[in-house]
Amino acid sequence: MTDARRESLHDLENAIHQIEDEERTPAGPTTNLVLALAVVALGLAALAGALSLGIGTPERPGSGTWPLLIGIGLVGLGIALALRFRQDSDAEAFTRNSAVVAAGLGTMIVFVAVIETIGFELPSLALMLVWLRFFGHESWRSTAIVSVGAVVAFYLIFVAALAVPIPHLF
Amino acid sequence: MDLAPVIDGFGVVLEPVNLLYCLIGVVIGMLVGVLPGLGPAATIAILLPITFEIEAVSAVIMLAGIFYGAQYGGTITSVLLRLPGEASSVVTVFDGHALARQGRAGTALGIAAIGSFVGGTVSVIALSFLAPLVASFALDFGPPEYTALALLGILLVSTISSGSRLKALIAAGLGLLLAVVGRDAFTGTERFTFGSLDLADGLDFVPIAMGLFGLGEILHNLEQRHRAIHAPTEIHDVWPSRQDLKQSSGAIGRGSVLGFFLGILPGGGAVMASLAAYAVEKRRSQHPERFGQGAVEGVAAPETANNAAATSSFIPLLTLGIPANATMAVIFGALLIQGIRPGPQLVEQNPELFWGVVNSMYIGNVLLLIMSIPLVGLFVRILRVRPAVLAPITVLITLIGAYTVNNSVFDIILVIAFGALGYLMKKAGFDPGPLVLAFVLGALLEESLRRSLLLFDGDPTGFLTRPISGVLFLALVIVAFLPAIRSLLSAREKEPVG
Repeated sequence: MTDARRESLHDLENAIHQIEDEERTPAGPTTNLVLALAVVALGLAALAGALSLGIGTPERPGSGTWPLLIGIGLVGLGIALALRFRQDSDAEAFTRNSAVVAAGLGTMIVFVAVIETIGFELPSLALMLVWLRFFGHESWRSTAIVSVGAVVAFYLIFVAALAVPIPHLF
Repeated sequence: MDLAPVIDGFGVVLEPVNLLYCLIGVVIGMLVGVLPGLGPAATIAILLPITFEIEAVSAVIMLAGIFYGAQYGGTITSVLLRLPGEASSVVTVFDGHALARQGRAGTALGIAAIGSFVGGTVSVIALSFLAPLVASFALDFGPPEYTALALLGILLVSTISSGSRLKALIAAGLGLLLAVVGRDAFTGTERFTFGSLDLADGLDFVPIAMGLFGLGEILHNLEQRHRAIHAPTEIHDVWPSRQDLKQSSGAIGRGSVLGFFLGILPGGGAVMASLAAYAVEKRRSQHPERFGQGAVEGVAAPETANNAAATSSFIPLLTLGIPANATMAVIFGALLIQGIRPGPQLVEQNPELFWGVVNSMYIGNVLLLIMSIPLVGLFVRILRVRPAVLAPITVLITLIGAYTVNNSVFDIILVIAFGALGYLMKKAGFDPGPLVLAFVLGALLEESLRRSLLLFDGDPTGFLTRPISGVLFLALVIVAFLPAIRSLLSAREKEPVG
């Protein structure tokens, strides 16, 4: 590859990163290190599981042979990642907005926790309302219209038309 | 080549119900392509539960339509808003948006649609000839060859995917580990089930794909502040002039061939094809300075190549049973759900499915051309739908859809858990694609490895003495060490001579 060609490809890559990564704050070295150690720990857990399953021999591979290989691989990759904890910049830092994600997950956990007792309609309505009004900053009017409309549509599709045995109130 | 099954395949496509699913697929594909946020892999994952209810052929025709349809749709936002709908349309932004600023958005979209049509169609024709050849070659593959092939597939996807190679390999390792959960197929021993009955049969592919791709992307988008979208209301002059066509015909031709070949490579696919095609045109051009300022070839080349690649990436899936990228992994999962194991026998044993799906792509491309030129205004209007409104609706479709697979609340819990994992992976710079791919290949890989070891009496050099697995392992070593070799070479180049 000539220098000119390499340069033009390099420019292309940079330009693409600019389009993709607008407004992104990278996480610090501590996050990187914690991530790498988590990978090592996962690998060690796989190794421990493999040993308790019985790793067998090359002639007679056991239930633990494959997990053993995966575990070794993960530990190795985790260590390699740990060695680069100062250079890596592809992890994003958590921002104030990340709390919205936690809240979003919260609405889903509530949904799954109550669906068997009160059916899917009210939890769906609540989820729509929170997402539209508080995450999406929609007006109350459009929140109400879209939430009710969506839940009615889900009811008609899943319960009335497809007769899916999803727990429902009505 | 026996043409009878090919012609029968057209009979399958032309059944009204299959035409309808093809239309539904490409319309959904266009829509998700236009709407930034959910990609084709996520959309197909979310729609997996629906495919349980329909025939295998119709289901795959629809899912394939979503995949290549998204390549058409992704162009629209790249050109109009400088906001690529799909990763494979990122390069289109440079010249496509420059053209739009000059008031020639219509031309850019028209050329992209024609290029996409030509690229897609050329690729289907080439696929029709090449795929049966590959399949017949692969019929003799035994466990050692499959071990090598699956490993090579995972390694290529991890090394070529965007972002950190190391992290992609870790994601793949995690996918392999998740595939271990459940009863061992050889001994019946429960592995990593922690005594849970729900886990005894292993983790289901559907909640993993729905969670990682679907919810993971929605949660990640939720965190980004949405830029206000100001979509133009009217698009003029979508039919390109003769001058534009003449200028881009070479780019379309080269993009078709390049895209076809890059699409076959595991890990290649549409994104790499669009980049390579753009780079080739810029290098060949006598006026490379025009690129980025609104060169029509700069739109034609990547848009042609990404469609050609999207189509040809079906070859490794349908002939070897090895998905070439994340979206193919999800379609692989859809086939497994239907009780169909993609592989070399598929062409022989299930010709209606194989040729039905392949031939549906001709029809799909014609439908997309119609939607992209005369009807493009309709799709532009969809940009007015706010992401904030779509997100909770998609979340509910995902949660309820996950339930319908086994009528189990445990599956909803899994989707949410994998959604959280998908979000965290994105935050930490891990691409969830290699995880899903490794997960679907995990069982095949372990089984072939263990069978091979039994076959070789525990001697791993047996992999190298069989010609095909030997060559594949050699390729594996080259791919694994390529980055190291490359950095060594460039370090040497930088040293002063003397």
